Amino acid sequence: MLELELTHVIDAFNLRLSLRAGTGITALFGRSGCGKTTALNLIAGLLTPRSGRIVLNSRVLFDSTTHLYVPAHQRRIGYVFQDARLFAHLSVQQNLRYGQLFNRHTPSLIPFDDVVALLDLAGLLHRRPHHLSGGEAQRVAIGRALLSQPELLLMDEPLSALDAHRRGEILYYIERLRDEIRLPIVYVSHAIEEVVRLADQMVLLSDGAIAASGPVREVMSRIELRRMVGRYEGGAVIEATVRTQDLASGLAHLAFDGGLLRVPDVDALVGASVRVRIRARDVSIALSAPAGISMLNCLAGRITEISDESGTSVDVRIEVGQTAVIARVTRYSVSQLGLHVGQSVFALIKAVSLDRHSTGFV
Amino acid sequence: MLTLTPTELDIVTLSIKIACWSTLGSVPVAMALAMVLARTQFFGKALLDGAVHLPLVLPPVVIGYVLLLALGRQGIIGEFLETHFGIVFAFRWTGAALASALMGLPLAVRAIRQSIESVDPRVEAAAHTLGANRLWVFCTITLPLILPGVLNGAVLAFARSLGEFGATITFVSNIPGETQSLPLAIYSLTQSPGGDAQALRLCGMSIILSLGALIFSEYLSRKLKQRIYGHA
Repeated sequence: MLELELTHVIDAFNLRLSLRAGTGITALFGRSGCGKTTALNLIAGLLTPRSGRIVLNSRVLFDSTTHLYVPAHQRRIGYVFQDARLFAHLSVQQNLRYGQLFNRHTPSLIPFDDVVALLDLAGLLHRRPHHLSGGEAQRVAIGRALLSQPELLLMDEPLSALDAHRRGEILYYIERLRDEIRLPIVYVSHAIEEVVRLADQMVLLSDGAIAASGPVREVMSRIELRRMVGRYEGGAVIEATVRTQDLASGLAHLAFDGGLLRVPDVDALVGASVRVRIRARDVSIALSAPAGISMLNCLAGRITEISDESGTSVDVRIEVGQTAVIARVTRYSVSQLGLHVGQSVFALIKAVSLDRHSTGFV
Repeated sequence: MLTLTPTELDIVTLSIKIACWSTLGSVPVAMALAMVLARTQFFGKALLDGAVHLPLVLPPVVIGYVLLLALGRQGIIGEFLETHFGIVFAFRWTGAALASALMGLPLAVRAIRQSIESVDPRVEAAAHTLGANRLWVFCTITLPLILPGVLNGAVLAFARSLGEFGATITFVSNIPGETQSLPLAIYSLTQSPGGDAQALRLCGMSIILSLGALIFSEYLSRKLKQRIYGHA
């Protein structure tokens, strides 16, 4: 468990942060330049906060009131950087074992062979870093951080330097890591699809301050935060279980408290829990259930909120059972249909808009 | 032609001895200076940078004369060293090593500094988060990465030392068997009638030595870079 409360100043930029992160992935999400990486550097001990307190598993790492400061090399915090930062003069195996030089006396909770198996590193051990692809290098960097036997893992946009294909590959390994190694992970990202797929908790950073924090589903359903999540990618997140997999059509039927969602290409077994992000721009609103339409998903719900931003488009929050769905429609449609809070409507979602990038496994 | 006379052999071994000791002395100092110049910011850094480069631009005679004033038996430091530690530089081969170490220092500092500046401090930060303290980071990450540069600097200092003339002859004079290195011996021979043939032989030796050192360093540094980057 990581608990921190701190302030920091770089040039004219102020950062105020308070955070609690337990086992599982806590995402620090925000636009470039909002202070995400600075936050990680402060936690890791690569930067010293102006004031505050950092506690990891009841071990105080920093306390400005008592002038306590544990240096980075004694914090036992693994750090996976944007770029892999492997040691060019060492082999992959030596890179992986580097942390062992310094913690001979701590028990190995994360054994070497397990990490090699988890990240599929067996074939790379005798290679040199410059003979690795970007994705392979990042896997080695993750393994290297894990093998330093950390009590907390920090990941700073580990996918941003990779192409789309490699990104999917590393995402898969990070999911395995999250599920197989019980470790608090603080994951920094500016890509909402990564956050939705990986994280349990999210902290929304904006201009150096926390704008919102909580479970991913909760934060994503708040329409006043949409501006910060990003207009294009933003949308509600639904947690559901796979009820059936229809092999003939390739559609999975996902059950959630508001009904049934049909989604293509879900790589999950029946009974598995999944998380689906529904982009607001992919949701339409109808006053009555339409017939003769290609949209597979038609969810009955009630309008609970209509955003009051200016502009031509408007976000409408529709509660379907206990779950929120957000629809982005034109202001013109709102007045044309006479949409208002409390009204019963249908949310229409094209199944194909729910692609692989929108689903994650819990 | 191919065999050396005992005198010539003495001159060559003395030259190599002086060059080796001056390199051994100057490289650690050069590493420390390069580290400070590459990695730190402080008031008066430009002054230190300039001072390090002085031997490169000053007449060697000036360096030699300053050394003589400071470290000669009547010099402030020289007298102190002799009475308290029994160390004498003036008119000894050790003085020759000191003079050439000073002359080679800027070359070594430049080469090492360049290699330090090419090491990404973010990679060192990564080592830090893996549990290595500053000393370990230097020994296991920084040093191996700058080794080709250190080697390059050492060879430059060594070669410079083999060729050192002005500062040496001013500081420790031209004493056969004690301070008479190759260039000094060649100078003496060219000044005495009938010494041309011998001078030429020593010139040949000089060329062979310097060229050998350069080729050897090129080979070693290629090997090292190959280990690190997979290509030269």
